[in-house]
Amino acid sequence: MKIRLLDIAHARSGDKGDTANVGVIALQPRWYDVLEQFVTRSRVADHFRGMIEGDVERYELPNLNALNFLLHGALDGGGTLSLKTDAQGKVYSTALLRMVIDVPDAEAKRLALPAVR
Amino acid sequence: MKEIVRVAAGQGFWGDDLDAPRRQVEGGQIDYLMLDYLAEVTMSILQKQRERDPSLGYARDFVGAMESILPAVLDREVKVVANAGGVNPRACAEAVRSVGAQRRGSKLRIGVVTGDDLLGRLDDLMAQGHALANMETGEALSSVRDRVLSANAYIGSNPIVEALHGGANVVITGRSTDTALTMAPLRHEFGWGAESWDQLAAGIVAGHIIECGAQCSGGNCLYDWKSIPDLANVGYPLVEARADGTFVVTKHPGTGGRVSVPTVSEQLVYEMGDPHSYITPDVIADFTTIRLAQDGENRVLVSGIKGRPATDKLKVSVAYRAGFKAVGTLVYAWPEALEKAQAADRILRERLDRLGLKFDRVLTEFVGANATHGALAGDRHDAPEVQLRFGVRGSDRAAVERFTREIAPLVLNGPPSVTGFAGGRPKVEEIVAYWPALIDKSVVKPKVEIIS
Repeated sequence: MKIRLLDIAHARSGDKGDTANVGVIALQPRWYDVLEQFVTRSRVADHFRGMIEGDVERYELPNLNALNFLLHGALDGGGTLSLKTDAQGKVYSTALLRMVIDVPDAEAKRLALPAVR
Repeated sequence: MKEIVRVAAGQGFWGDDLDAPRRQVEGGQIDYLMLDYLAEVTMSILQKQRERDPSLGYARDFVGAMESILPAVLDREVKVVANAGGVNPRACAEAVRSVGAQRRGSKLRIGVVTGDDLLGRLDDLMAQGHALANMETGEALSSVRDRVLSANAYIGSNPIVEALHGGANVVITGRSTDTALTMAPLRHEFGWGAESWDQLAAGIVAGHIIECGAQCSGGNCLYDWKSIPDLANVGYPLVEARADGTFVVTKHPGTGGRVSVPTVSEQLVYEMGDPHSYITPDVIADFTTIRLAQDGENRVLVSGIKGRPATDKLKVSVAYRAGFKAVGTLVYAWPEALEKAQAADRILRERLDRLGLKFDRVLTEFVGANATHGALAGDRHDAPEVQLRFGVRGSDRAAVERFTREIAPLVLNGPPSVTGFAGGRPKVEEIVAYWPALIDKSVVKPKVEIIS
């Protein structure tokens, strides 16, 4: 079943130099495992291909039902150097929530995940 | 020892709600008000102000804030900790003292923390072998030395604790870490030792949660954002901390916004790097140990936090001149708004080429189509309007200046259905860039003096 992250998670993003971070938090604690399993580092790197210049790192925070992604080279130099509207990476959060993941039907049903409308 | 110590946040950055400090001291009981004024580039702005006038170089908003909260400080013994001192903490203290002097019987005791400013020592430090290499690029500071405007070490809680022990009721620092402003009062009240790693880490986490003001109490919160009540009257956060390192995040009664596990979770992940190692001058906090639980309406209990010894380095924030930039915009309307804006972009690039202008960077965004989400936003070819946003950056001021003259002509000599140029020519801005570096802790010696 196709699941859109926006329907199972919320997020906030910020900056450190030319790196944007996106923290993605499951809307329900039991959905955290879905994030951990399907929102992988390489999946996120593919998602942002063409938008960021560097690597992606992923960290897990099961205590907050959250994943933290570092998107390197995401801010056109970052800070005051950047010419981007989103020079401080404030809305990479919702850009990540556009991602659609494919969860096996049985698991999606068991967890009552909302399907993409 | 107090059982519970309340630290409230009244400012998340220089430019935040001017009335928040007053609302924090009047809206309910608090012991400390912490005010964070310094973002990464603020120090360089303040440095430029001090160059023009040696009595400036601090966050002047703080003086107005002190005026508005003076009765609470003097009569109800609310103490204030602020990094408003910028590059001139002593001048800031003088300005606050003259505000206090207007009130008879004023018992302001102002603790001034200095020693973070490394600008005057930079050449000596570099000569001694401190490369101050850029933490992101590895480049040595010598490559931009002649363009450096300010250099400050991020200092931790020690000097603030010392000032509070010395009886200060207002502590003014320069570039102390944002989190130390919250942690230091807790350390002072609870007597946490310099190696009480878990408690110190808890104080840092408390600081991280409230240092951005209302961003943990309903502001900028995506979770169920439409249901968050009365943001016009949003309550700024406070922590009710205990000696064991647990604390509750809450806000004053009768205020808007919300404090919940989701609002606090969003703030915890804000600007996060490796969550296992949130490095500060005092302690390394492990954000993967944080436990959150709803503890009644608008109350979140935070517990379980673990910390470990700090490193022997301090982070240094260097600001340097890095050329010039300008951004121009025009708005194109339906039909084919995006295609018109794209055509204008091609024309503009061709004209800049023909003029022989060279830039380090040229960036075009189409606001309404791709500016924030890039190609992820999908097809926007039927957008009602699209803003062409065209930016250039380079070391040659004249070239950037010349670029700013090339936007307006497009209104008459470019693609049709164009508007939104009433703001006039783009402004040329000098770029002051941020250079993060590390330095040995042993060479930075914070100083504390108390002025009464």
